[in-house]
This record gives sequence, structure tokens and C-alpha cells, in this order.
Amino acid sequence: MTKAENEITWKEINIGATVHEPGNASQYKTGDWRSNVPVVDFSKCIKCALCYIFCPEGCITKNDDGFFEIDMYYCKGCGICAEECPTDSIIMKEEKE
Amino acid sequence: MSSVKKLASKMLEEKEFFAPGHRACGGCGEVIGLRLAFKEIGGNAIVVNATGCSEIIASQYPYTSWNIPWIHALFENTAAVASGIEAGLKIMEKKGISHSKGAKVVAVAGDGATSDIGLQALSGALERGHDFVYICLDNEAYMNTGIQRSSATPYGATTTTSPVGGKQKIGQVTWKKDMPSIAVAHNIPYVATACPSYPVDLVAKIKKAIEVKGPAYIHMFTACPTGWGCPSNMAVKLGRLAVQTGVFPLYEVENGAYTVNVKPAKLKPVAEYLKIQKRFRHLGDEEIKYIEQRLAEEYQKLLEKSEASAS
Amino acid sequence: MKQYVGMEVSVALAEAVKLANADVIAAYPITPQTHIIEHLAELVASGELDAEYIPIESEHSAMSACLGSSAVGARTFTATAGQGLELMHEVLFVASAMRLPIVMAVANRAVSSPLSVWGDHSDVMACRDVGWIQIFAENGQEVVDNAICAFKMAEDNRVLLPVMLNLDGFHLSHMVEPVLMPEQKAVSDFLPLNNYPQPLNPDKPVAMGDFAPPVIFTEAKWAQEMSLRNSYSTILEVWDQFGKQFGRHYRPVEHYRTEGASTLLLTMGSFSETAMTAIDSLRDEGCKVGLIRLRLWRPFPFSDIREAVKGISNLIVLDRAISLGGPGGPAASEIKAAFYGEENKPKIVSFVAGLGGRDVTPKGFEEIITRGIEIAEKGSSNEYEIYGVRE
Repeated sequence: MTKAENEITWKEINIGATVHEPGNASQYKTGDWRSNVPVVDFSKCIKCALCYIFCPEGCITKNDDGFFEIDMYYCKGCGICAEECPTDSIIMKEEKE
Repeated sequence: MSSVKKLASKMLEEKEFFAPGHRACGGCGEVIGLRLAFKEIGGNAIVVNATGCSEIIASQYPYTSWNIPWIHALFENTAAVASGIEAGLKIMEKKGISHSKGAKVVAVAGDGATSDIGLQALSGALERGHDFVYICLDNEAYMNTGIQRSSATPYGATTTTSPVGGKQKIGQVTWKKDMPSIAVAHNIPYVATACPSYPVDLVAKIKKAIEVKGPAYIHMFTACPTGWGCPSNMAVKLGRLAVQTGVFPLYEVENGAYTVNVKPAKLKPVAEYLKIQKRFRHLGDEEIKYIEQRLAEEYQKLLEKSEASAS
Repeated sequence: MKQYVGMEVSVALAEAVKLANADVIAAYPITPQTHIIEHLAELVASGELDAEYIPIESEHSAMSACLGSSAVGARTFTATAGQGLELMHEVLFVASAMRLPIVMAVANRAVSSPLSVWGDHSDVMACRDVGWIQIFAENGQEVVDNAICAFKMAEDNRVLLPVMLNLDGFHLSHMVEPVLMPEQKAVSDFLPLNNYPQPLNPDKPVAMGDFAPPVIFTEAKWAQEMSLRNSYSTILEVWDQFGKQFGRHYRPVEHYRTEGASTLLLTMGSFSETAMTAIDSLRDEGCKVGLIRLRLWRPFPFSDIREAVKGISNLIVLDRAISLGGPGGPAASEIKAAFYGEENKPKIVSFVAGLGGRDVTPKGFEEIITRGIEIAEKGSSNEYEIYGVRE
């Protein structure tokens, strides 16, 4: 884990304030930005992969059965997957606490 | 659909070079474009990023969304930094002291960074012929600073600095700067327009841009729901409509030869595109008609260039 | 034994960059820097220097390209002057904050308007706070030697900071002077390959140039400040090493006839050689004056300056730049500040002279010193004096 920015001392700043842990932004949770949540109905899914291709977060992955699953740690609930799904397998519902 | 599936299976083999956890607005079209582009570019690349949305959302110290080496210096100098990287890699490879072998240099900048403040640096880099790919992520305004107009803002759009008022009822009064044509005028080997709503086309163009020796310029149309005033699920749809209405035709120019890649049989009425965005909601029928006519003319000119290239 | 060769200083500097085996040169032409980059372009074209020469479209882009080439680990050089340095201004901050070991020569020139292509220090003085190591050379030999030292200082992994080598435009850049060019082998022994520790490299990705929110910006800046302050000891070490190997010794502050002096004149750059003649005449007249010369401008050599003026009554600081509406010449202001808390401090008098290429003759230096002593003893209602202005 990357040390939190409010704990880093000046001596711990990398040379030139560079970052040496590629992709470490993945530690940052964006899922709590969400007000709507996508709900997937696999029975309608034709595995076309459009949701995966168009997801701005890159948080949709293919599971062992070939269906596409959404990682709620990152999903911001934008609804593009639901909008672009050709079979309406994904619908957006209000996020419940 | 099969080409999409093929693309998906190829994408699935590659990791996400632009990792989740980035801080783009929900539904950002720009990051769809970045994800797709870098799936094709792969890991042997160095990214040079201009200040702007794509930079700020991915780089809050001590974090980075990038899984490949990345440098951000300033707003207007992206193409110049890329020039230095390319020259540095070239000479170090020649001298046998390079750290990386055959790394691609990819510059990423917004429309303001490209067609306004960074135009000189870009022109210089294209003219000198550096071997690099420049991707302009065009969301048609300075979104990162709060939606101010740029020279890429389309006619009729309101922004915070092209507002509609009692005296001025149009919004942006100038036509969108034709940045791809400016790139073409440098006689570089490859120029293309692209849009993430057409992912197969986009990825094919990135592939060509990477493979070509010398400068390649990709002008990518990336919808911004926040700045354009529409729901967050609209970015892909807006891109598709922009292509189908002639707002943003998809074409490429290889060594000066034009090809229109997506040719709608008939352009859709532009109102379909304009009416779903708040930035155009003040436009009356007359303005919409003017826009439609001008778009049709521009599209016709493009088709003629394409036909002339083919013959 | 190598012989001194008469060379234009700009050409000698380019030859030194060749000896340093620079990998990338990105430069935009501006008077009076042009002879430096023209000769470098020739050396690259002839194959004598195996480097990429980027004939770039502006100084802003020149420094930006330098960021890029330096960030992949290439030894990088550029040169500029006056307006060019000001156009680069924004990028200079980034170079130092990113800790990129770029070396740049500045053929110091006045800043418009009115347009002047001639020399003064207005350009570099507007760049005091950009975080670079800044050195002023006095003559051709110093330019050559310090160009080589600059790469070693910049690239030392304890430093990793850009270095600006200042040489007065025309007064130095265009002079033909006897210069002893070091042998290639000796330079190669002195200056190892650039070993930049964190190059942009797909095998080991780094991200450079992040955005920093308020919670971390202060830490980042303080880390940078410490790197510049701490570079002082390495700078001395490099000069010492150079002295041992090449027999020419450099210090942050140089002394000339300071023994027994009650008044010192402080100069920077090429003024010093003329000033020495004036000091000699005044000494012959029994006047107890000496000269000190500031070679290292950043990091500011506080201890060297304080040491240099111990026991001195008057210190006359001669600036070749005006700080409009400010407290005096830029160097004078800083030196006054450096002595503010000191107990036994000299009276410090600020003079500005030599703007936009205006010559100051030995006689002129004598007048400045005489007037300076008068001000020190009797006081003045002015913050500083400008020399030679027609009333």
C-alpha cells in the first residue's frame, strides 16, 4: 500500500516527486461516488462485451463462464454499460446505503 | 458484432494500462478513448501528458493510474517534451546506452492543449518529423478549469466564456478549428480522426499510428457529459451521433490520401445530436439549420477529398 | 604539454560540450547565444559529436525537449539568452522540481523593452528562484571548465539538479581568448556516463510530474529546497576534483587583492577582469580596496560571503541588473539580507551599472569605488545608485 499523502514527510518524497508504483491509483476507491448501481441479468446477456469495451473505469472483467462482471469498488454508476447493452441485460437502480 | 468480439478478446489479453481508481467524472468519454488506445499501444511506451483532465484525474501524488512510464510537464509543451524523449531514446539506442528498447512515444493532450496553447509546439514537432504519436482528446472546451471555450468548441455551444446573453444569443460564434487539417498540412505520414464510440475503427487507427515511421496525429472526439450538459450514460451515444450527423466524420489521411472510414448513407438531422445537450439548448431552428448546412458542406468536401485520393 | 589556443568563447564552450559527450542538444537561436549552438550543430553534422541536435521552434520548447531527453537519461545541453531565458521561465521550474540534470549556458543579455541584444544580468536575475544551480563565469577558461563541471554536478546522484552557466553576452561570449582545452581522455575520466537513477523506462515505469494537493505540496517543495541547499557540498567537491585533475581551482567566491582591504567591491561575471585593473590602480594610490567575485549564485554561498568580508568596513556590490521599484541591485539585496542578522557587518552599498551592454571602464570602476566609500561613510538617501546615467 502506498503511504497516505497526509502521512508522507518531506524526506519520504521521491526524487522529483515521482511515483514508483505503477498503477497504484487502483488503491483509490471510486465506487463510493456512485448514486446509481448497475444490475446485470446474466440470463439476457449474449456476452457481446460492449459493456467491457465501453466502461470508462475499466472495471468490468470476464468471469470463468464468459459473463461480464462489474467491480463495485470502482464503478461510478455512470450507466454507459446499461445504455449500450443491446439486450438490456443491465439496468441502473438507485444505490442503497 | 464479430469484429467487436474479436477486439474484446484481444483487449482482455492485455492489462489495463490506464488503471481503475482514476478520478474522471462518471461517464467520461475521454478515458474510454485512453483505455482503448493503450490496450492497442501496449506496455512498451512512454506517455507524455499535457495538463488537463486526462492528466489531473490520473496523477494525484503519490498515486498514478498509469502502468507505463508517464511524464507530465506543462500545458503547452507536450509535443516538445515528446520530441526530447524521442531524440533521447534514439541517440541512446544508437550509442548502446538506452534503458528501453523500441519504446513508443505517445503524447496525450486535450483540445485546448492541442489547438490553442500547444499548437506551436505541436507544429514544430510534426514539422521536424519525430517518430511519435500525438493523441488529441477533444472534448471541445477547457473542461478541467470549468468549461471555458477553446478553438475546438463548436459553433453554437455555450461555455462559461462563450455564454448566451441578451446581446449574444449564439454562444460560441466561431466554427470549430479544423485541427486534423492543420496536422495534414505538415505532410506527416498519418493523420486520423477517431471516436471511442467506434472502438474497432479507433484501435485500427492507433495501430497504424504506432506502426508508421514519423509523426502520427490522432484527433479523438471524446464526449464530456459534465461539460456538455447531459446524463452520464451518454458519452458513447453522443460520439455515435456526432459521426452520423457529420459533426465529427471519421476519416484518415495516409501520406496525404484521404479515406472516409464511416460513411453514413445519409447524414442524420443534427438536431438529434444537439437537442440532448444543454450547451446547445438555446439554439433556434435557424441556427440549427445553419449548422446542418455547414456540416453538410464540410462533409461533402471531405468526401471529395476521399474520392480524389481514390482516383 | 597542451598549448593555449585563441578561441571565441562560444566556440570553446561548444567544444567543451563535445568533450562532455552530450547526447541531446535542443536549442533555439538568439543573439548572443548563436555561436554556441551553431558550433554544436556543426560538430553534430560533422560527426565529431555523436548527438541528436533538435533545431526546435522556440525556447519554451527547447527547455521542454530538454526535460524529455533528460528524463530518459540522455545527457542534455541547451543554451539561450535574454528573451529566450524569459520564454523558458515556466519550464525552468519544472526542470528543477523534476530533478532533471540539464546543463544550460546563458549568454546573459538585457531584457526588452527597449530591445537590446547586448549584455547584462536582467535575464538571469529574473530567474533567481527557479531552483537551478547557477554559476557565473568570468573568462573563457572558466566557461570551458565549468561547462564540464556543470554536467558532473548536475548528474551527481546526490544532486540531480539542472545547472545554469552564465557568461556575459558579447563581453564574454564573443571574445577571442586564450583557452586551454582539456584532453578528451581526461574529461572522460573526470565525467562518467550519465547515471540518471529513474529514467522513463517501460521495464520500470515511473510517473513524473504528478499533481500535488495542498496536503503534500509543501513537503515536495521542501524536499526540492533541501536538494538545492545540499548540493553546495557536492559543487565544492566537483570543483576540488577538477582542480586536482586539471590544476585549475574554483571556489564559490573568488578574492583579488583582499589582503588588508577595508573596502571590497563585489562583481559577477566578466566585469571582474576590468575591475581588477581598477583595483590595481587604486591600490597603487594607497587605497585599501580589494575585489571579490561571486561565482556561485545558487545555492547562495552564505558562509563564503560572510567569511570573505570579515573585518571589512565597506562592501560595494555592483549589479548588472535593475530590480525595478525594489531595494537595490538583485545581488546587493540578497547580500544585505545575508548580513542582516550578523553582528560585525560591513556597510553595504548597492550600485547598478553596465545595463544593456554599456561598458564600464577601469576609470568607471574607480569612480564607483570612490563614490561607494563616500556613501558608506556619509550615507545616502537613495536605496541604490545607478552609474553613468546622463542627467
